[in-house]
Amino acid sequence: MIQTEKQQHPSGDNRFKLLDRAITKHQARGDALIEVLHVAQGIFGFLENDLLIYVAHALKLPLSKVYGVATFYHFFNLKPNGEHTFVLCMGTACYVKGAERIQSALEEHHQCKFGQTTKDNKVSFITARCVGSCGLAPVAVLDNAVVGKLTPDESIKKVEQLKNTLREVVS
Amino acid sequence: MTLEDLQELSEKEQLRQAEKKHRILYCSAAGCASCGSDKIGAVLKAKIKEHGLEKECEVVGTGCLGLCGEGPLVKLQSDQTLYQNVDVQAAEQIIESHIVKNLPVTAKKVDTTQPFFISQTKIVLENCGEINSESIDEYIGVRGYEALAKVVNEMQPAEVIEEIRKSGLRGRGGAGYSTGLKWGIVSKAHGEQKYVVCNADEGDPGAFMDRSVLEGDPHRVLEGMAIAGYAVGATQGYVYCRAEYPLAIERLKLAIKLAEKMGMLGNRILESQFNFRIDIRIGAGAFVCGEETALLQSIEGKRGNPKPRPPYPSEKGLWGMPTLINNVETFANIAPIIRNGSEWFAGIGTEKSKGTKVFALAGNIRNTGLIEVPMGIPLRKIIFDIGGGTPEGTEFKAAQTGGPSGGCIPKDHLDLPVDYESLSKVGSIMGSGGMIVMDSTSKMVDVAKFFMQFCMDESCGKCIPCRVGTRHIYGLLDKISKKKATQDDMVLLQELCTMVKETSLCGLGQSAPNPVLSTLRFFRNEYEELLQPVEIYQGEPGVVADFEK
Amino acid sequence: MAVKTLTINGEQYSAQEGESILSVARQHNIPIPTLCHLEGLSTVGACRLCVVQIEGIPRLLPACTTKVEEGMVIQTANERLNKYRRMIVALLASEGNHVCAVCVANNHCELQDLAYSVGLVRVRYPYLFPNKQLDATHKDYVMDHNRCVLCTRCVRVCDEVEGAHVWDVAGRGINSEIITGLDYSWGNSQTCTECGKCVMVCPTGALFEKGVTVSEMEKKKGFLKYIITARQKKEWVSIGNE
Ligand SMILES: Cc1cc2nc3c(=O)[nH]c(=O)nc-3n(C[C@H](O)[C@H](O)[C@H](O)COP(=O)(O)O)c2cc1C
Ligand code: SF4
Ligand code: SF4
Ligand code: FES
Ligand code: FES
Repeated sequence: MIQTEKQQHPSGDNRFKLLDRAITKHQARGDALIEVLHVAQGIFGFLENDLLIYVAHALKLPLSKVYGVATFYHFFNLKPNGEHTFVLCMGTACYVKGAERIQSALEEHHQCKFGQTTKDNKVSFITARCVGSCGLAPVAVLDNAVVGKLTPDESIKKVEQLKNTLREVVS
Repeated sequence: MTLEDLQELSEKEQLRQAEKKHRILYCSAAGCASCGSDKIGAVLKAKIKEHGLEKECEVVGTGCLGLCGEGPLVKLQSDQTLYQNVDVQAAEQIIESHIVKNLPVTAKKVDTTQPFFISQTKIVLENCGEINSESIDEYIGVRGYEALAKVVNEMQPAEVIEEIRKSGLRGRGGAGYSTGLKWGIVSKAHGEQKYVVCNADEGDPGAFMDRSVLEGDPHRVLEGMAIAGYAVGATQGYVYCRAEYPLAIERLKLAIKLAEKMGMLGNRILESQFNFRIDIRIGAGAFVCGEETALLQSIEGKRGNPKPRPPYPSEKGLWGMPTLINNVETFANIAPIIRNGSEWFAGIGTEKSKGTKVFALAGNIRNTGLIEVPMGIPLRKIIFDIGGGTPEGTEFKAAQTGGPSGGCIPKDHLDLPVDYESLSKVGSIMGSGGMIVMDSTSKMVDVAKFFMQFCMDESCGKCIPCRVGTRHIYGLLDKISKKKATQDDMVLLQELCTMVKETSLCGLGQSAPNPVLSTLRFFRNEYEELLQPVEIYQGEPGVVADFEK
Repeated sequence: MAVKTLTINGEQYSAQEGESILSVARQHNIPIPTLCHLEGLSTVGACRLCVVQIEGIPRLLPACTTKVEEGMVIQTANERLNKYRRMIVALLASEGNHVCAVCVANNHCELQDLAYSVGLVRVRYPYLFPNKQLDATHKDYVMDHNRCVLCTRCVRVCDEVEGAHVWDVAGRGINSEIITGLDYSWGNSQTCTECGKCVMVCPTGALFEKGVTVSEMEKKKGFLKYIITARQKKEWVSIGNE
């Protein structure tokens, strides 16, 4: 069945209304695909297949093209992250200042590689390329807060703290 | 609004600020914000209120104050005192002691007579850290939008282009192509619609110049784009900003809204016949989208695969229409050139590289942060005077410019003047302005491997040399760094680097081997120390290809 | 249209404005190896096998996308170019899992022919032995990702000629992959018309018909010229299959 933005999503999920608003704002133009995916990820947290199909139909694009775009850009997640995210900057300044040591310390301590989520689904470890705070290298972004001048020990502590905080739910 | 109205508004704003006894500026750009400068701002405001000084003092969040490594930074505009590492306690002291009793808080005071401050020449960053980046009035107060008003009401498009050409301004996004020439090509190209695109993708990992300009002085970029639009005959502009910069995007959005409201953007700009709108497009984490053809693909909502040039975007760009693409810093130079004249600009810098360049100084160096220096300044001056040299007990080894597309500059070349030609002569590039300093603790093979991994991860995969070549170069560097390689691998490495450089489709692949070639050139011994000895060099035979019929 | 004169490998030729270097070379039987290019589909300049040397231009440019210009002096082959072409094919060999002797396309494969024509004997790069899938869910055809060289001919023919856009590229860099729909198996595609055009344009044994065995998969590409002339000129020429 082909859905258009006029019809309600069969699940009755109200979040689709928000998405529809963004789609209408761009007049359902195919070249707004990246903008719409940004909004979709903002609302749903990650891009599930069902969501990609919905976007493809609304923008009248082939499924393979939508999938191709969603997988080209690192910013889009096709799988959900853990409760919290620890994004370690691996840009040049942070690298020169020892980001790798933080990476290995964390990987060892949590028995979890970067690019993965801890078994208890608490923290996803992610690497980034320069978050633009190079003056404070090495830098990490914990949930949404930037923390600079990190050391391996400190990062382990910070992750423990992170695990014990409740993530604000973005509505 | 006319030019007179604008000048009146400007004077009014200047008067308003002059009436304040103190303007207390705190850096609210990303670097300091991540050290909690928002809280410091709140404390400053609360303290001012507590002392009933709201009338004569104002607390203002500004763009980057420069010394990012020592944030949060607070500055008193009245007497130019700068405070570093300001915590809540220090913030309270600043008000209670400096403002109320006129006794500066010496413990946190920065010596602003050091070379870091006095050796800089500010054009692009002139307002960064001086004005409230969220207020269009403050921008107008420093003669903002005056250049645009002059251009749309008094100048012909061709005159604008000629002025920019004469200034000698070259693109700040990396390649250094003459901005005036590029504008000329777009203005002459045929198309029912033309576009102006601002490249704010800033993909070089370890650079944050563009971010600081967007966060600290967004109107300047919008003004530059609008002037460009008028000059080339475009009515629509896009800023392509990377998603990693939420604050810059927010400030830009606000700036566009305010500019539209005041008639600086939109229809009939400043009561002329000129219409120009600007929209923001947000990237999604792909370095290659800084490459101009890939960037345009991305604006069109596609995968960021570059396209062969020619045709250049100036002839066939967005949706097949002539498109002007310039970097953030390039656009930021436009308004001052129009305001002060091309001779003024051409008087700064060297014969072939005019004006200034903003660098993001980071790595193993004492003063990390944002600096702006005249073109042609010796590298030594940047690193040892402005940057304060490497930290205690370590020795300068090399500076890397141009990020993953650039190269390193070793100690022997410290007296090199920093301009486009000199940098490329030693195998590096100006790049967009990232400058990472490495000291004796950095291993050059690992540095090369780091950059190659970056290029491999960021390769779009369209062309074979870059897609597979970078993978093998990375593999070889890994082998060398693990001491498993022989002289044969070195031959293979060199061959692959040359081939990837010469046959790749876009700038990413063409420049990906640069960090390897440049470290091979200056630090070959570090590679050779890691090699396995081979008695007699025979040349690796390789495996027979399985193409047998 | 204006006529341009140019020099290729020391000989003078004339060409129409707007023509590509490759097209001029082909008309005069000057061999230039190609892989991603296919007459009738859009050009992407991706494989870089066709790069040529042009006097006065420091970069090598692909013959398939570069338009002729008055007075161009072009070299289509020399030691440097031949070496690069050999290296490109060697990179492809190391990237996938290509064993011709057991391949359905053996003797009818453009990659194999390329390897012979550029004189590739030994591969000095370590084989990457990627763990790639074979998708046999379609009722008529099979996609073996192990043999795919990512030339995107299948993507283009399906989009530009058939109009179905079943295929696209997912991921990026060394992890790029050809996909159908949302990475679902081909057999689940609701948009595939089963026309088989992608199979026919595929240069290697990545796409093939079900049921064929070693060396049996011959690709017939004549349909492309036939359809395109029919669409553009309303003329139905005879199908010449290679
Ligand atoms: C791989 C690659 C990445 C690039 N990244 C950027 C970038 O982040 N910002 C930028 O302004 N230019 C970047 N460029 C350069 C642009 O392609 C283009 O030359 C530039 O935006 C033109 O503006 P300018 O003339 O003002 O320098 C990049 C080029 C390549 C090949
Ligand atoms: S050089 Fe790299 S990034 Fe550029 S087109 Fe080729 S694969 Fe893509
Ligand atoms: S399946 Fe065949 S036609 Fe498609 S990209 Fe791979 S090699 Fe090319
Ligand atoms: S390199 Fe880490 S913030 Fe820039
Ligand atoms: S045939 Fe020209 S690049 Fe592939």
